[in-house]
Amino acid sequence: MQVYVNGESRELSGPISLAELITQLDLPAARIAVELNRTVVRRGDWSKTMLQDDDRIEIVHFVGGGSV
Amino acid sequence: MIIANREFTSRLIIGTGKYRSYDEMRSAHAASGAEMVTVAVRRVPLDRSSESFLDHLDPSLQILPNTAGCYSAEDAIRTARLAREALQTDLVKLEVIGDQTTLFPDNEQTLEAARVLVKEGFVVLPYFNDDLIMAKKLLDAGCAAIMPLAAPIGSGLGVQNPANLRIMREQLPDATIIVDAGVGTASDAAVAMELGADAVLMNTAIAEAQDPAKMATAMKLAIQAGRLAYLAGRMPKRLYASASSPLTGVIK
Repeated sequence: MQVYVNGESRELSGPISLAELITQLDLPAARIAVELNRTVVRRGDWSKTMLQDDDRIEIVHFVGGGSV
Repeated sequence: MIIANREFTSRLIIGTGKYRSYDEMRSAHAASGAEMVTVAVRRVPLDRSSESFLDHLDPSLQILPNTAGCYSAEDAIRTARLAREALQTDLVKLEVIGDQTTLFPDNEQTLEAARVLVKEGFVVLPYFNDDLIMAKKLLDAGCAAIMPLAAPIGSGLGVQNPANLRIMREQLPDATIIVDAGVGTASDAAVAMELGADAVLMNTAIAEAQDPAKMATAMKLAIQAGRLAYLAGRMPKRLYASASSPLTGVIK
C-alpha cells in the first residue's frame, strides 16, 4: 500500500501499525508527535493504529525558532 | 508575572532560532535569565537521523511551543495539538501569519484559532497587531495573555506605536501584555516595559547580535530598568525648561 509521510509517498508492505512505521523510519520516539489524516494520534495508540492505503501521516518535532 | 498559575521571576521570554551554534544559544539563554523559551514545530526529516533540538536546551527552562509558519487558523490549531501531544504542555504561542513580506499576523484567523484552542484547554498566548479592540476580543476568547507586536518580526525597529501600547495598558489594566517581535536593542525593550508591558519576547535581537550573551545580559537589565521606571511613574513631559535649583538667592 502507499501512504504519505510528511508529504513524501512511501510504499509499505502491510499490515503495518503506526508504531512499526516509526520504528522502520528509525525515528526517536521521544518528543515527536504524529498526525494521521489531520488528527493527532496519542502515543499510547500508535501500536493499535493500523495504516490504510492513501493515509496521510505527519510526524513533527521541535526546532529552534522565535517567530515564523 | 503569572501565566497559567505558574509564576515567572523573569520578564524576558526568548526564542531559540538563528543562533550561530548551540553553545552560543545556551550561553545567551543563561545570560538572559529567561525562564521560558519558545520553539517551533516542524516535520521530522526522514532522510537523515536527527537529534532532538530540545536536548540543547537547559532542562529547567519552560518550553513554549509556537505555531510559527502557519497561515491559517486550521494549520495553527493542528500545530498546537501536535505540540501538546509531544511536550505534554498546554502552553502555546499562537501565531497565524497573514503576509510573507511583513509577517504581520492575520488577526481574524488568530482569533478564530484562539477560540478553538481555549475550548480545548490550551493556555493561549496570541501574537497579534497592536490593536486594542483585537486585544479585548482575544481576552474575551479566554487567552491567558496577549502578545502585541512592537514592529515586524525580525525588523529590530523597536516600538513603532508607543501610543497603542500605552492605551492597551491603560484600558486593560488586568491583562498580561507581552510585547512580541520587533525589538532591536536594549533601549527598545526598556521602552516597551516603560509603556507598561508585563514582559517582552524576543529572538533576533539577541541571536543576531555580534555577542549574543552580552546582548542577552543587556536585555535582562533593560527589562528590569524599564519595569522599575514604569512602576516608579515617570515625570510629565514639558515643552519648556523647569529649573531644578531654587530661583532665589543667586549671587548678584
